[in-house]
Amino acid sequence: MVVERRHRIELRVAALGYLAVLLMIPVGLVFYRTFEHGIGAVIDSVSTPAAVSAFWLTIEAAAIAVTANAVFGVATALVLVRTTLPGRRLLNALIDLPFAVSPVVIGLALVALYGRTGWFGPWLTDHGVRILFSVPGIVLATVFVSLPFVVREVAPVLREIGDDQEQAASTLGATGWQAFWRITLPAIRWGLAYGIVLSVARAIGEFGAVSFVSGKIAGETQTLTILVEQRYTNFDVAGAYAASAVLALIALTTLLAMTTLSKRRTLS
Amino acid sequence: MITVQDVTKSFGNFKALDDVSLEVEDGSLTALLGPSGSGKSTLLRIIAGLEMPDAGEVVVGGRLATHLPARKRDIGFVFQHYAAFKHMTVFENVAFGMRIRKRPKDEVTGRVDELLELVGLGGLAGRRPSQLSGGQRQRMALARALAVQPRVLLLDEPFGALDSGVRADLRAWLRRLHDEIHVTTVLVTHDQEEAMEVADRLVVLNEGRIEQEGTPRELYEAPANDFVMGFLGPVSHVGGHLVRPHDLILSDHPAEGAEEAMVGRVLHLGFEVRVELTLHGGEEVTAQITRAEADGLELSPGDIVWVRDPATAGAVAAPPASA
Repeated sequence: MVVERRHRIELRVAALGYLAVLLMIPVGLVFYRTFEHGIGAVIDSVSTPAAVSAFWLTIEAAAIAVTANAVFGVATALVLVRTTLPGRRLLNALIDLPFAVSPVVIGLALVALYGRTGWFGPWLTDHGVRILFSVPGIVLATVFVSLPFVVREVAPVLREIGDDQEQAASTLGATGWQAFWRITLPAIRWGLAYGIVLSVARAIGEFGAVSFVSGKIAGETQTLTILVEQRYTNFDVAGAYAASAVLALIALTTLLAMTTLSKRRTLS
Repeated sequence: MITVQDVTKSFGNFKALDDVSLEVEDGSLTALLGPSGSGKSTLLRIIAGLEMPDAGEVVVGGRLATHLPARKRDIGFVFQHYAAFKHMTVFENVAFGMRIRKRPKDEVTGRVDELLELVGLGGLAGRRPSQLSGGQRQRMALARALAVQPRVLLLDEPFGALDSGVRADLRAWLRRLHDEIHVTTVLVTHDQEEAMEVADRLVVLNEGRIEQEGTPRELYEAPANDFVMGFLGPVSHVGGHLVRPHDLILSDHPAEGAEEAMVGRVLHLGFEVRVELTLHGGEEVTAQITRAEADGLELSPGDIVWVRDPATAGAVAAPPASA
């Protein structure tokens, strides 16, 4: 499409204005409000035991969920692209379920499974395993919401590189496993890294599903997003801003990683 | 030696290979030649173990290989689009098979250097495939395949993605290389000129079956059927037969078994002259004659001539001197 110069400028102004109103001003405001009473109060607020625990729980849940989804995502992408398994279409559709279903529904589903009257709940409680209102529940919810990213990033890369290199490796004596580690994985590394970064961003920001299953016990099962919500509802607005600022900082870091990676991804 | 016995392979409803049997002698360079969809690549991939036959047996180097995976067949395979390992250097690409086999480091270095010299990539060991030309990439792929000292070398349209100039150079080079190292080689191509130039033996495939096999000369001079004849060179259709354009005889007066034709375009191609003719029935025929013959006939568009195929027109009458 050919766009006239004047219209190009108008488009640019419109796009930037949209971003400014909806994104940059609100996020900027969070930082402004956070630091308007000085940095000392902020540091105090984000270093309370509850805040530190929420920070590490968020990181822990994200790390486990993203690791699981990276392994699962690569395996699923391989099944989707490299095999002719009969159920492929269904699997392909199911992968996107977490995009389509509201996180709240996912949270409720986890309660239905692992709650006191759920399918697995009573049996697990009898065997001393606690899923709901503890870390495993939070991890499960996070896994679910961040599941599609790695598959969706890796599958097109696999399709694009084709299976010539893998076949060449097999004619040169490599087993399937050797071909995967030495040929396939290096070839998909930037796509995989990009998918991981997207998953991290999604996992850290998750609120809806986690709020259902966490139990919100301060210092134990509070993630950063839940901490923000709880402080706000408890009229600790300054504390909510401080915790938000931490979330926003993590988000900006991931954004930076994404920009760098997407450049490498298109270059390779 | 490679033996393929009664191999059949289908993809869905499409029968790629229909009861094909083939023997490839040790040290030979055999070309599998055919149009696209003839099954030639499928046959090569079955020999390699990259496809499994629905029925039949494959023997590679005296060993039954039908159910062996590609990695255990001792083959070298070269792909049309090079299949270069993009994230590795040229050296690492060539070393790959030996490193998989855990050969000692000195041996790997020595052999890779030697092979890179052999394929003319001596100074380029540290480059990435993306920094090589197409011809260089394919020579790297060949060195990589040869590094594991395969019993047979299988080439799937190896020059198919290259420019015509590079292509001609590379096939002459491949022929010299084969004369030097004598590894049993099977080459798949749809280009008859390439097959005739490079190979000792041709196997012509069509619609999943072998039409004929033999030396390039046998096939060219005694094609088993119209398909082989048509595939190996230009043909003209005269008197219900296929005939090579250079076998046709033109004269400016009626002769026994000759058909009347009108001259269309006359193309001077150096030593040879190509004459486009329209027969009485309307069919278009091309004849290829020498410049001397053309000068003698004084051909120009619109002239009427008589064309005959000496092989089918019965006794050849001595042409009377033209007035």
